[in-house]
Amino acid sequence: MAMSTPTTSTVSRPRRKPAATKKVREPFGDRVFLVVITLMLAVMLALVLLPLIYIVASSFSSATAVSAGRVKFWPVEFSLHAYKVALSNPQVLRGYYNSLIYAVAGTLISVTLTVAIAYPLSRKTFFGRNVLMTVLIFTMLFSGGLIPTYMVVQDLGLLNTRWALLIPNAIGVWQVIIARTFFAHSIPDELYEAATLDGASELRFLRSVVLPLSKPLLAVLVLMYTIYQWNTYFDALVYLKDPDLYPLQIVLRNMLILNQRNVGATDVAQQLQQQQLANVLKYALIVVSSLPVLIIYPFIARHFTKGVLVGAVKG
Amino acid sequence: MTITTPRPSPPAGVTRLRVRSPWRRNAPTRRRSRWAEAQRSWRLHWQLYLLVIVPLAYFVIFKYIPIGNAVIAFKDYNVIQGPWGSDWIGFKNFELFFTNPVFGTLLENTFILAFYLVLASFPIPIMLAIALNEIGNGWFKRTVQMVTYAPYFISTVVVVSMTILVLSPRLGVVNDGLGLFGIAPINFLGDPNYFRHIYVWSDVWQTAGYSAVIYMAALAGIDPALHESAKIDGASRLQRIRHIDLPGIMPTAVIVLILGVGNMMAIGFEKAYLLQNDLNLAQSEIIPTYVYKTGLINADFSMATAVGLFNSVVNLCLLLLVNFAAKRITGSGLWR
Repeated sequence: MAMSTPTTSTVSRPRRKPAATKKVREPFGDRVFLVVITLMLAVMLALVLLPLIYIVASSFSSATAVSAGRVKFWPVEFSLHAYKVALSNPQVLRGYYNSLIYAVAGTLISVTLTVAIAYPLSRKTFFGRNVLMTVLIFTMLFSGGLIPTYMVVQDLGLLNTRWALLIPNAIGVWQVIIARTFFAHSIPDELYEAATLDGASELRFLRSVVLPLSKPLLAVLVLMYTIYQWNTYFDALVYLKDPDLYPLQIVLRNMLILNQRNVGATDVAQQLQQQQLANVLKYALIVVSSLPVLIIYPFIARHFTKGVLVGAVKG
Repeated sequence: MTITTPRPSPPAGVTRLRVRSPWRRNAPTRRRSRWAEAQRSWRLHWQLYLLVIVPLAYFVIFKYIPIGNAVIAFKDYNVIQGPWGSDWIGFKNFELFFTNPVFGTLLENTFILAFYLVLASFPIPIMLAIALNEIGNGWFKRTVQMVTYAPYFISTVVVVSMTILVLSPRLGVVNDGLGLFGIAPINFLGDPNYFRHIYVWSDVWQTAGYSAVIYMAALAGIDPALHESAKIDGASRLQRIRHIDLPGIMPTAVIVLILGVGNMMAIGFEKAYLLQNDLNLAQSEIIPTYVYKTGLINADFSMATAVGLFNSVVNLCLLLLVNFAAKRITGSGLWR
């Protein structure tokens, strides 16, 4: 693929007119075309943004306003009640706590294992690298399926333990490819030769030379695995039974999509109130659960993009 | 993938006879034997081989043993005898599945949904990338990029919840909008006919900005001289897009499309399962959700494995077929 420059946002557009020729106006057709394109982008922007605004606006509105359907794109009867309820819900807090554990531990395991296999694969003199790579790629093309994997997890006694979310999907082949490509392109062979002359062993070289030089790669891997662990729910759905172990996403699914909640009210007025609260609670939960990722997102987007592009280069 | 290892260069200080002399029978061969190569590699890299053991064990245990376990698709599996000890029943599970009236619906639902998804999510990122590439590097471009990229980081559970809330017949903002035109509220999630549109377009909503990034990179890689000379020749923006930008991103687009079609059958379980409810089951039941229900809810391991295996095989065939076609047409496939 023709991808010599791996950065997108920072590349200055080559077609921009130099300052000296600025008075030459673009042809009429081109200016119309630009207007059309800008409008198109504005529509796309609105389509992505409006649902998000609607959710945030609703979450800050009062329960009655939400249930009456009065909230559009600005909070009505501003209230933080939904957030107070959401953040004092023991299930939500438990889910948050569990998700943090899974994100931290899972990322640690995944990044370690990924580097451990990707680095040898990047060494040209590592005998068997092509066979090993084929072994890995094959798992992308064909898999035993849900049940056969479940049987392995069951046999290992991982069912209904935290390990079930950390181990069975620990290594992503795509991430291995990204890491391997990075090592192969950014660690020159000369460094290795120099280190060998100085008497460094392979592991020492990896620890003292390769890893310090690979901080951008490690950042990308950490991001990818953390976001995967934070957002996934499938493994938990399949492998976990104990509600105490549920990650946030399963808690959210139960509350948002399956509409499970503790019904304790007996009289109609109280039930109505609970129903209204449940509605607005959903919006608040969406905001609360996505906030950590969306807050760090502007800072990580560039690294993430780089990672995607490194992987996209065939090699 | 061809298995060719580059010949290791001789160690420094050792001069090797480069020219092969045909009259000397024991002339050094150009290529060392594979065994010697392996020995040399072990001497140099034994620590790396130790390093690889654990990740390799992971792949064997969690990826290859399940492929072996899939043998229960051909067996009457019971826990006590284990996957290999259970009695063979041949293709009975497959026969049962193929003659099950649900088979046709499942296949249709899965194929249509997957195909629709590939088709719908292909052109929009390209349009987005080209449009972003046309307008200058201003705050508007950065904002659009930033905002369209963001939904990619939101979890499936949240995206589905948002979809349900926005489309809700009583409270949802979409039905409010329809109300302005005098259209009665539509229960989008309760009607099977809307399921595919909801699935596909919420997916486009979530991934368009992310997918555009790859095309942006391809566009940045196009030689600026092409644009300069086209401009001198009086080409309009639209003409330059058609004759320079589009051909320039074509190789990338082909690969993205191949990957899309090749992974069609691996369509996500996560989202379909969340969007499913009793009312839209007629179109929302796809093979992965069926496997989950058969295997883990009804505990019919053999049947679920058979259905999953069928899905995997179809997927593999599709991938090989598409790759073959791509090689024929464009001269480059996914792998050499």
